[in-house]
Amino acid sequence: MAEQPARSIRLAILAMGGEGGGVLADWIIDLAEHAGFIAQTTSVPGVAQRTGATIYYLELFERAASDAARRPPVLAMTPIPGDVDIVVASELMEAGRAVQRGIVTPDRTTLVTSTHRVFAMTEKIALGDGRSDAPALFDACRTAAHRFVAFDMAAIAQKSGSVISAAMFGALAGSGALPFSREQFEQTIERGGVGVSASKRAFGMGYDVASGKAEPEPVSAPGAVVAPTLAPPSPTDLDALFPAPALATIRTGVERLTDYQDAAYARLYIERLKPIAQIDRSQSGAELLTETARHLALGMAYEDTIRVAELKTRPSRFDRVRDEAQVKDGQILQISEYLHPRLQEIAETVPAPLGRMMLNVKPLRWLIEKTTAKGRVVTTTSIRGFLLLYAVARLKPWRRKSMRFAEEQKHLEAWLAALRDLAPRDYALALELAECRNLVKGYGDTHVRGRANYERLVGLIDRLLGLQQPAKALAELRSAALADDTGARLDAAVAKLGLN
Amino acid sequence: MAERSFHEEVKSLYLGDGDEFAGEGILAITKALLQSGVSYVAGYQGAPISHLMDVLSDANDILEELGVHFESSASEATAAATLAASVNYPLRGAVTFKAPVGTNVASDALANLASGGVKGGAMIIVGEDYGEGSSIMQERSHAYAMKSQIWLLDPRPNLPKIVEMVEKGFELSEASNTPVMLEVRIRACHVYGRFKTKTNIRPNFTLRDAMENPTRDVNRIVLPPASYLHEKEKIEKRWPAAVKYIQDHKLNEFFDGDLSEIGIVMQGGMYNNTLRALELAGIADAYGNSRVPLYVLNVAYPLIDEEFVRFAAGKKAILIVEEGQPEFIEQAANTYLRRADVQTKIHGKDMLPMAGEYTGAVLREGLGKFVRAYEPRFAGGFGSASEGDNRLKAAVAALDGKVHGRPPSFCTGCPERPIFTAMKLVERELGPHHVSCDIGCHLFSILPPFNIGATTMGYGLGGAGAAAFNTKSGKRTIAVMGDGGFWHNGLASSVGNAVFNKSDNVIIVVDNGYSAATGGQDILSSHNPNKIRSTQNSIEKAVRGVGVQWARTLTRTYDLKAMTSTLREALTTKEKGPKVIVAQSECMLNKQRRVRPLMNKAIKDGQRVVRERFGVDSDTCTGDHSCIRLSGCPSLTIAPNPDPLRKDPVTKVIDSCVGCGLCGEVSHAAVLCPSFYKASIINNPTRWDRFKHRVQTAVISYLQRRLTPAAA
Repeated sequence: MAEQPARSIRLAILAMGGEGGGVLADWIIDLAEHAGFIAQTTSVPGVAQRTGATIYYLELFERAASDAARRPPVLAMTPIPGDVDIVVASELMEAGRAVQRGIVTPDRTTLVTSTHRVFAMTEKIALGDGRSDAPALFDACRTAAHRFVAFDMAAIAQKSGSVISAAMFGALAGSGALPFSREQFEQTIERGGVGVSASKRAFGMGYDVASGKAEPEPVSAPGAVVAPTLAPPSPTDLDALFPAPALATIRTGVERLTDYQDAAYARLYIERLKPIAQIDRSQSGAELLTETARHLALGMAYEDTIRVAELKTRPSRFDRVRDEAQVKDGQILQISEYLHPRLQEIAETVPAPLGRMMLNVKPLRWLIEKTTAKGRVVTTTSIRGFLLLYAVARLKPWRRKSMRFAEEQKHLEAWLAALRDLAPRDYALALELAECRNLVKGYGDTHVRGRANYERLVGLIDRLLGLQQPAKALAELRSAALADDTGARLDAAVAKLGLN
Repeated sequence: MAERSFHEEVKSLYLGDGDEFAGEGILAITKALLQSGVSYVAGYQGAPISHLMDVLSDANDILEELGVHFESSASEATAAATLAASVNYPLRGAVTFKAPVGTNVASDALANLASGGVKGGAMIIVGEDYGEGSSIMQERSHAYAMKSQIWLLDPRPNLPKIVEMVEKGFELSEASNTPVMLEVRIRACHVYGRFKTKTNIRPNFTLRDAMENPTRDVNRIVLPPASYLHEKEKIEKRWPAAVKYIQDHKLNEFFDGDLSEIGIVMQGGMYNNTLRALELAGIADAYGNSRVPLYVLNVAYPLIDEEFVRFAAGKKAILIVEEGQPEFIEQAANTYLRRADVQTKIHGKDMLPMAGEYTGAVLREGLGKFVRAYEPRFAGGFGSASEGDNRLKAAVAALDGKVHGRPPSFCTGCPERPIFTAMKLVERELGPHHVSCDIGCHLFSILPPFNIGATTMGYGLGGAGAAAFNTKSGKRTIAVMGDGGFWHNGLASSVGNAVFNKSDNVIIVVDNGYSAATGGQDILSSHNPNKIRSTQNSIEKAVRGVGVQWARTLTRTYDLKAMTSTLREALTTKEKGPKVIVAQSECMLNKQRRVRPLMNKAIKDGQRVVRERFGVDSDTCTGDHSCIRLSGCPSLTIAPNPDPLRKDPVTKVIDSCVGCGLCGEVSHAAVLCPSFYKASIINNPTRWDRFKHRVQTAVISYLQRRLTPAAA
């Protein structure tokens, strides 16, 4: 140490409210002081309480060096880019924020971060998928850091029944970036005296992964939870009919529609796809077919009251809720649904003549409107509530006779016809049109709004064909339609293309 | 009951001579006050000095033992006026609030106090809310110190120095008959450190002594002709006395260095980061031994011309490190050197930015310019270590647009959220209205997902901010105000004003039972009893008392139906005069702190306890996220879609959900989708519960088997 000028260890913690960034900072202070260091921490805690992102900044300085110099060290109040030894982040985007602020640098910084995502408001409020690109965040963090210790610490916290700060403390210890032993870290948790055994469990798991002794918790991949696997009474050999890239989607579609209605409905699905497959033959990726198959399956399995009632009364659904609510032995779970079916939905669900009566016979209409003016809370775990939903689900055989069924099929046929018409002329545009079905989703007003947007885009197709890049223009319009729910962005996008 | 408890920490206030204190800056200041023999302390909460109020509140027993009176003031003006006790009596007193907003509110009292002067030491501790993490307009307290001639202490940000300046500050105040302002920046308020303590001093002249032996001096009262005398006295007596005290006791510090042709002058608060910048450049060590001579202004006002001239004389140039604008110190320094005909160049805002926080990085750059200009041999160390590193550049470029802002927002289960959901829903029917906001958590409404609110003019001024819109119109304005703001200023300035001027607009008072944004302190209308304060005073009664005819109190903000219909009525009723809606539900952050331990205990004791939380069925959720746009609850988030046919993420309720019920209310009121469910988890079910459950399960399982025979 004599030649090297004495230097404090500089450490920043990036966390959000309620993630225990403050607890972690306190632990590190206690750890360092017991290990013969002078320690300082600063923060701006006000916003952390209320979900905002916050930086805690710590400096640790060897007491022996200070004693020898007979002067206390001067410790800084804010991190300086290029000068931070360790950054601990509680979440992947926060790690990205640290990189953006320049406090993670390739020549110096050990970046210890959890890789799970806590989505920002702007990501959550998107009408479609507004999520930031997590692999890109991960790669950028790895590039910027001198050492990169990254794994899902939230999963460890959950598995160990503890909090993420304990897993982060373990990861910090396991990274070896601080000159303290595992025992010293663990003694700090013990001195804290709150939830010691759970914290130590999370600490240990974090330590093992960070030090390379254990594998990280597997990330549950999307698609891991799948709908009930009914043996699909596959009427035809799908392999012979469709190219390989589209098969997985088409199989799922067949399963979905068999489950949704019956085998005949699934056969109709296959028949509808055949012409698209014909057109697509010349294209190697079978993209149009795959996307059409995906949206067609979703469109044919539209969410009506029957479907909702059926899904809500399934045993697998009861299990899922039990899981999600973390119900333990000895506890009893009650599930209550927040339903608000309106006249329109009811009339569309029942056989068409009855539905028309509901809409047209004034006293009947008035009666239904009056009884559906308020939303209902139905307790599915009670016999009465269950029977109500059960009865609705039992309407399934009559679905084909409902007004909604006829209307949905008409819409889908029109869409398919447009695809068939467009694909030979402009494949890319057809692919974009296939994607436009994604606008039609949700229930009630959301559905009405989505359908109107869809119709508006379809209505513009002919004029799009006159533009330089019709597919690109349609993609722009589609993303504008998903940019807000007032339609303002779509109006602007239409105007920008000169189509209004 | 504040959001954070200091019951453990306040024990360190008992430490005596030679003991070592370890803790936050704010707690150290409290200890310093007791070591200085204060008789009374008052203040108004607000970051970053909220904890000072919380500490004092939790330390009330200790304060009483010492004969110190602590008061939670109604506003900063009240707090500042409290210092009047030190005008005629040898009583030391301190008040605290955040700055500059608190100073703004307090300025009437501060100016009167400073005019007449004080006999006992009077200290104003301001939390300077400037820079990162600040929640207010970026201004300086310095201007207040100058305009009223209050001495401004800006100590180096380490605990021993801060404590010393509190103690010396009282002496300075008494030596110069002038109130003293101690400025502590956000990070200094929350800095953890240690210092050697002294035994607390019991005031030997008490408040009671003063009350029982009242004295007065008409010359201390601000009324002509005394007020003219005051100004003269400030210049002729108090100022020189202050300068003498500061010099005699060496409150400002000079540090020598061998690069004697240059020098750096800095506010005390800038010391640590400035030294770090010098350390990184290799011209200071980790202990503050700098090769550049330093002049540290622990007293930022008054400035002492003689010290400036002494420091600058013989140097080629000095750099003034002065955070914030305008550059008062730099201007003064120019005047001093000019008058003394010293030709040293003065740099400051030409090398450092005029506006914004002086972080380490900013200082490093500015100091680099200065050293490069005058001592280029030593400038090599100022380049950033990672400059030109392509890996870092690539990483930062790759992150562009991918790191989203994460501003503070309404907490999980916050009772204020449904108020804004209701406003959104009513907006769908009646169109948008002009919304005037206030200060408090409810101001988060201006951010996504609500995007509601046009202006905020100050604490309790929500109604006042809409005052001009008092004319014939097809639409009313809506003003939002918190209970904290209401009692601080809103009752008179917003509600009373609206009554008097016959306004027809709507005022919503968000009554969550606490001064929540500042940390959950109790206020007049807090719903829970408080041992040392009077709470449970009704807001509706108060507004009716100032003449409001149309007033409604809603006791459950989560009831969206009631919320929307009340709001609709307020916006459309034919009745004249201001419409006041008091929207009541307890702050969830504080409620959970209060209720959760009780609930856990009840479960442990075997009592039947039902915990509720909400959930979303991922197979009926279509990923439109309307529900999030109408709520914004942190527990309501998104997750990868488990359906391989769908790509858009589904909505998901995470386990932090406290079951406030808003999700369900929203999906009902906005007719959104049937995906929300409420899971009620019965702990320690009764025998009847278990019996019922068995029967239900038997019947339901039978029916489920019938409906899906294919499911094996």
